[in-house]
Amino acid sequence: MSSPTETADASAATGAGDGREIPGWTPYRAWFRDQWAQGGAVAWGTALGHLFVGLVAFALVVGFDVGSLPIGGSLVWFVYLSLTVVVLYAATAPPAEPYVAWLDDRWMESDTDKLLIILGHVVAVFFLFAVALGLPFNGLAGALGSVFFFTAVYAMMVLALNLHWGYAGIFNIGIAGFMAVGVYVMAILSTPVDAGPTGVPGLGLPLPIGILGGVVAAAVVGLVAALPALRLRADYFAIVTVALSEIIRLSLNSRVLQEFTVAGVTTGTGGATGKTMPGNPIRLLFYESFDPGAGPALLGSVLFPVFEGLRVQLIPPNSFLVGVVPLPAFTLDLAVEPPVIVNWAYVAVLVGAVALFYVLLVRTGNSPFGRVLKAIREDEVVAKSLGKDTNRFKIVAFMFGCGLMGLGGILWQGSQGFANPNAFRPIITFYIWVALIIGGAGSNTGSVLGGALFAGLIWEGPVYVRRVVTNYVELGGTPGTFPAAVGPFVEGEVLPFLAYMLGNISALRFVLVGVILVALMQTRPEGLLGHRKEEAAAIPLGRPTERAGGEGGTPRPTRSRTGATARRG
Amino acid sequence: MSADAEPTADDAEDTAEVAAAAQGARDAAGHPLVVQDLRKTFGGITAVDGASFSVEEGSLTGLIGPNGAGKSTTFNCITGVHTPTSGSVTFRGNDITGMAPHQIARQGLVRTFQIARELPDMTVLENMMLAPQGQSGERLSHAILPGLRDGVVAEEEELLERAWQQLEFFEIDHLAEEYAGNLSGGQRKLLEMARALMTDPSMVLLDEPLAGVNPTLEEKLLDRIHELRERGNTFLFVEHDMDVIMDNCEHVIVMHQGRVLAEGTPEQVTSDERVVEAYLGGDV
Repeated sequence: MSSPTETADASAATGAGDGREIPGWTPYRAWFRDQWAQGGAVAWGTALGHLFVGLVAFALVVGFDVGSLPIGGSLVWFVYLSLTVVVLYAATAPPAEPYVAWLDDRWMESDTDKLLIILGHVVAVFFLFAVALGLPFNGLAGALGSVFFFTAVYAMMVLALNLHWGYAGIFNIGIAGFMAVGVYVMAILSTPVDAGPTGVPGLGLPLPIGILGGVVAAAVVGLVAALPALRLRADYFAIVTVALSEIIRLSLNSRVLQEFTVAGVTTGTGGATGKTMPGNPIRLLFYESFDPGAGPALLGSVLFPVFEGLRVQLIPPNSFLVGVVPLPAFTLDLAVEPPVIVNWAYVAVLVGAVALFYVLLVRTGNSPFGRVLKAIREDEVVAKSLGKDTNRFKIVAFMFGCGLMGLGGILWQGSQGFANPNAFRPIITFYIWVALIIGGAGSNTGSVLGGALFAGLIWEGPVYVRRVVTNYVELGGTPGTFPAAVGPFVEGEVLPFLAYMLGNISALRFVLVGVILVALMQTRPEGLLGHRKEEAAAIPLGRPTERAGGEGGTPRPTRSRTGATARRG
Repeated sequence: MSADAEPTADDAEDTAEVAAAAQGARDAAGHPLVVQDLRKTFGGITAVDGASFSVEEGSLTGLIGPNGAGKSTTFNCITGVHTPTSGSVTFRGNDITGMAPHQIARQGLVRTFQIARELPDMTVLENMMLAPQGQSGERLSHAILPGLRDGVVAEEEELLERAWQQLEFFEIDHLAEEYAGNLSGGQRKLLEMARALMTDPSMVLLDEPLAGVNPTLEEKLLDRIHELRERGNTFLFVEHDMDVIMDNCEHVIVMHQGRVLAEGTPEQVTSDERVVEAYLGGDV
């Protein structure tokens, strides 16, 4: 910053004065931003190049024996990535612009940016948890796998609910029931006929048929609910759906249906003890069979050995710089255990399913069909007066949404090898609603974001907070009652209360949900992504380009009032 | 009921005369809408009591009457919002009595509402594109399946073009991308009429289209109605304001106490003593 103009420019741009002068920083940043602005391979090449150089430099400068530290390898990753992020941010973001403003900017860019921002922050939070817990890379991968599993399943369910509530204005609070129908019908169709001494036999049909059957059954149950009930007003319809969902759950729970024989075929729901689900076929990509002790097969035989010992010794012990300066040992720990790998493979399948849901529902919404649904939501009388058979639209939309809920249920509860009626309590419906409200009803992208935020920060987050706190604070025994937890306040003791809170963190999730909902209703009642504002048409609804010129702008000649009078005479 | 007993023999005779005249009109070709002996009771109250009239093809027919004359109920019986207690409504030779509103709209008989019912959280263009009949994309399969959706996209482009033309015709094209809920009262009336016309109707029922509209906009709306009538649309126009009807309609139907009191040109109607007595004579 030698010339006066340059200095003036820089301070005008940064607004930070002369406090942050690093020799060569300004031209470097200009160069970097130039590269970044070119986009494509150049931008990514530059960014990845920096990542690599940074990795090597980091290993050389602060490398040490990771294993000897109490909080493990994640810290190394954390420091390295934080530094990289800070450097990249400083280089690409306009100077002195606060982080939030930068985020706002990116947020407006595209739906992909929105998703990346939300997922990026969820990942960052769990990275912090992993560091604080001293988890190795495997632990971090496991935690993130679980977060992404819940993100994906919630995103699917919220997308389906968004069709009901966001588009058609159908108040469905029986989601859990439709999930249960999908899961149990799938299980009954596809569990083997010979279920062993403890299990309940099924029909032994191939899994794809079972899944299809489950989806169709959920849609049909939706039809049964919709035919009489859609005549009711929204709130009464809601009561019908929640009642139906409880009827379904209690039926699955009953002894009567535990095991029954129809037309010579014996099957059943397994009652309160639950039902074994057909094995998750993703497992067969990695193992020879569903048995716990099965040997690896196909992908498993390739991937397990690769990830098992993936520890790269970047700086071996007893190394010396230029043969003189002793260097600390540094090992990059990327080892991942087989179960985590299998989980991630299933998460990849779920991500594909979310994409399918998203495409289907965006197409449904952005079409004349979606337009009629929106009109029904806004004013059903108008839709009718314009010649729309609103009952047909409501029934089709309701069945479609219920079928998707059935499929979502199968991919969620049906994939875990076992399910029991308790998994389908109304609370699940409530959670899905909360995720929808966070994301913003009426927006498909918002539905996915709502699913991610709910799964990461409300569902999985509190559990990790407890783990982190108990990792650092010696809490002692957890008090059994609330008075016992609050009583010690008198003596200035806070820890029993903290222990009590953390011991009941699952229950406290409800409180957290309540607090978040109240805050959201106060500050942003329309949720994260606007309220029901996605345009319903198969094409962008702008002025067609050829009309953009003069034609539309020129006022058409207005007939005079006298002309009208003359014609009447 | 007691109200029925009150009219004198004279009145009954007159009503019979009117009905006979209407019968003659019905027999002639070119009357798309024929209402015959329409009756609607709500509990003990008879809102429409044997109304009969017909609307001439390509006309701008006014339906007037003092408050409580049964205009709105007649309107709702024609459009299927209410099911008539007795009597019949025929549109282009089809008996549409008691049909659902959407079935009647599909026949080409479309209505607007007294208080404009825009779809507030949808844009003006979305409002417009909702209306056209027989859109293939209204079937879920066409909306989502890859091969079928291409046809929907092509159709949508045509509809969008039509929507723009219609908005330009009503001079609200500058509001096209606005949410309908943000429009002023008068603009909503324009939108509602433009939307009704997007269904490509052969006849439009306007329920007090000028209520709550300022004079400038009122003129604009009437201009549009006249222009559309010249293009061959038929209008039945319910209005409270006598002057508007007298200045704009070539045929007027006067209702009183649920019956058709008089029918004819504005001049004939205003010179009819019963009308003057029932409506104009009273303190309006």
